[in-house]
Amino acid sequence: MVIAAPQTVDVDVNAVIDKLKEKFPEAVKNDTRQGYKGVIVDKSKLVEVATSIRDEFGFDYLSSATGVDYLGIADEMEMVYHAYRTTGGPALVFKAQTPRDNPEIPSLIDVWPGVDFQEREVWDLYGIRFPGHPNLQRILLWEGFNGHPMRKDWKEAYFEEDHKPFESRWPAGHVHRIEEKNAYGHNVMYPADLDLSRLTDTSEESLYNSLGLGVDVQDLTGEGGIKTDRLVVNLGPHHPSTHGVFRMVVTLDGETIETLDPVMGYLHRNHEKIGERNSFLQNMPFTDRLDYISSMSNNLGYALAVEQLLALGARYQPPTYRAEVIRVLMAELTRIVNHLWSLGFLLNDLGAFFTPMLYANNEREKILDFFEATAGSRLMCNYMRFGGVFKDIPERIHSVVNMVNDKVRDYNTMDYLTEMINERLPRFMDEYERLLVNNEILKTRTVGVGVLPADRAIAYSTCGPLLRGSGVAYDIRRSDPYSIYPELDFDIPVGQNGDIYDRFMVRVYEIRESLRILKQILPRLERTKGEEVVSKFNYLGRVPIGESYGRVENPKGELGYYVVSAGDEKGPQNPWRYHIRAPSFINLTALGPMSKGYKVADVVTILGSIDIVLGETDR
Amino acid sequence: MSDLNLRELHNTEFPIPDELQSNLAITSLSKVYNWSRRSSMWPLLFGLACCAIEMIGTAASRFDFSRFGMEVMRGSPRQSDLMIVSGTVTKKMIVPIVRLYNQMPEPKYVLAMGACASGGGPFKEGYNVVSGVDKYLPVDVYVPGCPPTPQALIHGLIALQKKIDGQSLANMDDVPWYGVGPSEPTPIPILGPDVIDPRQMDIIRRQAELAALGKPYGVRELPAPQMKAVVAAKGAAPAAAAADGGEVDAAKAERLRKREEALARKHAAKGE
Repeated sequence: MVIAAPQTVDVDVNAVIDKLKEKFPEAVKNDTRQGYKGVIVDKSKLVEVATSIRDEFGFDYLSSATGVDYLGIADEMEMVYHAYRTTGGPALVFKAQTPRDNPEIPSLIDVWPGVDFQEREVWDLYGIRFPGHPNLQRILLWEGFNGHPMRKDWKEAYFEEDHKPFESRWPAGHVHRIEEKNAYGHNVMYPADLDLSRLTDTSEESLYNSLGLGVDVQDLTGEGGIKTDRLVVNLGPHHPSTHGVFRMVVTLDGETIETLDPVMGYLHRNHEKIGERNSFLQNMPFTDRLDYISSMSNNLGYALAVEQLLALGARYQPPTYRAEVIRVLMAELTRIVNHLWSLGFLLNDLGAFFTPMLYANNEREKILDFFEATAGSRLMCNYMRFGGVFKDIPERIHSVVNMVNDKVRDYNTMDYLTEMINERLPRFMDEYERLLVNNEILKTRTVGVGVLPADRAIAYSTCGPLLRGSGVAYDIRRSDPYSIYPELDFDIPVGQNGDIYDRFMVRVYEIRESLRILKQILPRLERTKGEEVVSKFNYLGRVPIGESYGRVENPKGELGYYVVSAGDEKGPQNPWRYHIRAPSFINLTALGPMSKGYKVADVVTILGSIDIVLGETDR
Repeated sequence: MSDLNLRELHNTEFPIPDELQSNLAITSLSKVYNWSRRSSMWPLLFGLACCAIEMIGTAASRFDFSRFGMEVMRGSPRQSDLMIVSGTVTKKMIVPIVRLYNQMPEPKYVLAMGACASGGGPFKEGYNVVSGVDKYLPVDVYVPGCPPTPQALIHGLIALQKKIDGQSLANMDDVPWYGVGPSEPTPIPILGPDVIDPRQMDIIRRQAELAALGKPYGVRELPAPQMKAVVAAKGAAPAAAAADGGEVDAAKAERLRKREEALARKHAAKGE
């Protein structure tokens, strides 16, 4: 295990853009819209420009690719790409536009294989086609679904109005239940050309067809004339090892994996469409439900994205120092919570059935007690606000520290935190490491399994412990810092071999590093006692026009929010576009290639080592 | 089982001598049956979304629902008695959920955990969200919360135990599985242009007929009087009502016939 401490690198993006414009004078032009960044690339030259951005300008890491529908503003659809350097620095944003009727943008899958799922998602939700993409199938919905739901002119069955608060929910409005306005009393609607005579479910069939399965036995004649056939095994969507409702369609030769295709969307609950109906602040509790194990850091990412937009206006008040301290405190505690959980479940997948998980969960519960005392909820904290946090940490909290005699006691919060950070958690980690890190079974099952080389890790746009386990010291807290991380002293643990064991160890070390950060946070908390933590002013204001991409190093990787505020000259109250760059979703791109050649039992572990959460994968 | 308290089961209609009080209980079959069943509820190991995290938290050592005989979470629906629907039910997921429910052996129960499973919750308006699992499955207990705390889930489980205590073997209409003959499986939804509930075929057909007449199809916004007409049509339109009623009667008659057959077999066996 290597500990790296990469320093923040200053990249002058404007200089890069100038050079890019020099090189492609006709294809590249500045995005001059109010509040927008980056360049607009002519779509016929997109692949060429992207290759140049990657190879010549060194932006080798494509963080996010997403679509926006500008119906009524420009009558165009747009793809937005955020590229970064893995050595650090800000983003190079480039966009490609296409007319709304017959939208088509060349696929970048040959430049960055990591756009695979993202392009499929855009096809699914926006109906933009990507010539060059080898498997442009729906990913979140099923094949045969009526329409592309994220288009602005597509209305859902329970559609009431474009923006909340809806009339029906407003005290002065006419109160009704939306079911009453739907002929089926359900959340369904059918196209006018519904053919009642042919109502069979074809979604499974088209799925298998798209995977190229159903191969003739004769084609697979092995050496020596032995006829072999491939076996298709479905893991999930109901399967204990998939950590939710994830599904893998695995093709086996004997017990060896030939192909693995992730099938997702079983928890696609339309965050983004609902997010466009909500006001900016109303989205905050929805972010909790993305990565539902680490709600606090989800909040932080969204707050950062909207604060970037608010800062464009004149009346914005940035968070106070105490608010920043509390934010980092919460984000790092969340990291510990998440890693404890994921380490427990990784061992669960290895067959250490629930014992390590139960031990880890005991510690987790104590942190949740602190969250509950502060935010009012154990899991869905809904704690951050634009320009601060919801409220200060309480004076005293109730918790069960000693699980054995099971008594709820009253503690001074600072004492509770100090004891937890300085004594209990380090002690627990000592014990945990002693039991597991050199465990023979653990090592046999994980060392050299599920290897992801560094260059592939970058190409697949993986992030978080998966990327760092492969030896890339890319951590947004250092590479593109936010909040008060620049003044804190901590290191980035990095693996060497990119196998499951390295990812496991990266998480163990990250807990240690988080504890190191938290130890520096405690005196800052004491020092800033009594300061304001939020200005209520930011609650109600309209958000200035523009776009922003707020990203944080979530426990699972880079969580990004691409927020567009448009459509209202006075400053909209609702986001025009609210996209979530989910680490779990994009990390899964690497699952198939990583699993190839290993056994079925290893796949379960490889998936566990990616540490996905379905709320975020499917959104 | 040293803590077994026979007095709990004892039916007071029949006197038992004092010295036998802790060794003997005279009770009804229903009571013993319900008591043993509710004390060994095996939930399906089945997490959907956020609520699943709290469900695991409930199973873990701090809250520990094994105190209620529920620690054996089974991965297979064939071995489980209780489905805890822990999270948002999407249209894509309702198909496997109904299939899993059909695979569970009777007696089986469903607990809707959290706002989403109970009624769609914060995601109700989503285009891929089923607004409550009760649109498809019969739900026994609803637990509110987003997510419900472990305490709330345990409260829901205790409510379910109380419900089981009240069921009767003698009353065949009480719960479907005490009747004679197999129960009907829940029809599996179809993923067409949108999810299609086979039980709604009638209304879908009627809407299609309306569409053929050039009337708005899949009406979303209805003026109040027209709305009333549609609501009335649901229950009282002559043709539709006859069709609906006919089906129900047929099913009832079929059940009665099966029951009589089974009784006849039973009598025949006795006669021999």
